[in-house]
Amino acid sequence: MTDRPYLPCTEIIGFLSDYLDGELSPDRKFEFDRHLAVCPSCVAYLETYKETIRMAKASELPVDDAPEDLIKAILAVTRG
Amino acid sequence: MIGLFVSRSITDNFVKFGGKTAAMNISMSVAVNEFETLVRTHTPVLLRVARRFMHSEEDARDALQDAFVSAFRSLGNFAKNAQLSTWLHRIVINACLMKLRTQRRHPEEDIEKYLPRFLEDGHQVESSVTWSESADTILQRTELCGLVRRCIEQLPDTYRVVLLLRDIEELSTEEVAQILGVTPNAVKIRLHRGRQALRTLLDPHMRNVS
Repeated sequence: MTDRPYLPCTEIIGFLSDYLDGELSPDRKFEFDRHLAVCPSCVAYLETYKETIRMAKASELPVDDAPEDLIKAILAVTRG
Repeated sequence: MIGLFVSRSITDNFVKFGGKTAAMNISMSVAVNEFETLVRTHTPVLLRVARRFMHSEEDARDALQDAFVSAFRSLGNFAKNAQLSTWLHRIVINACLMKLRTQRRHPEEDIEKYLPRFLEDGHQVESSVTWSESADTILQRTELCGLVRRCIEQLPDTYRVVLLLRDIEELSTEEVAQILGVTPNAVKIRLHRGRQALRTLLDPHMRNVS
């Protein structure tokens, strides 16, 4: 048990990326985990932040066939 | 072979480019044919990359064309043990960034309005809530992939470009810093802000998914 004050939400959310990348010192990570254990709002933010990254990765456009007119234009320019 | 590694003949033929002899003309002809194969093989994937970065189909095609011209001119310098697809990928990204820089006429939109707000005591102004479905389930729906892409498109370019390079093109922080000419720390800050802004834009849609 510790009677140290909890880190504020602003600190947790501001350094969330470092937390997820495992770049916090052990002491700092301990304080982050202590805050997250009592703050559902920051836990929700953390979860939705991770979902955001996953959604960005998964929203990739499909690979379409190359348009013939574009290929011809590229070849025409490169052949001078 | 050309799909994975550039063949020795294509780079050798381009190194010989500009020769006047009949033998050289034959080499040039072979090189041009190989270049056409290269263009046909790689255009679908590279066009997808350009479409991600550019704001219109026309600009994406222009950027890709610029990239192939650049590749055509520097094939002789291509490191023969390097991966051709990676090399072309970087050239396309550079062509897109160059074009975006020339298009940046207006002051960029401020990202602050998309960042979380806090009370004086450090708590969030508006409590965050988890989303009703996991991203994996939701992304099986085509329209939601479109929504995510439209939200990414709304981000100011400074942050959008870093998010695309890191989270989608999967370049390292150091590679992105080098391409953009900024410090790795600046890349990390922009990425975090870009992700936060994207989360804010998705939040009202994701809370209400049923």
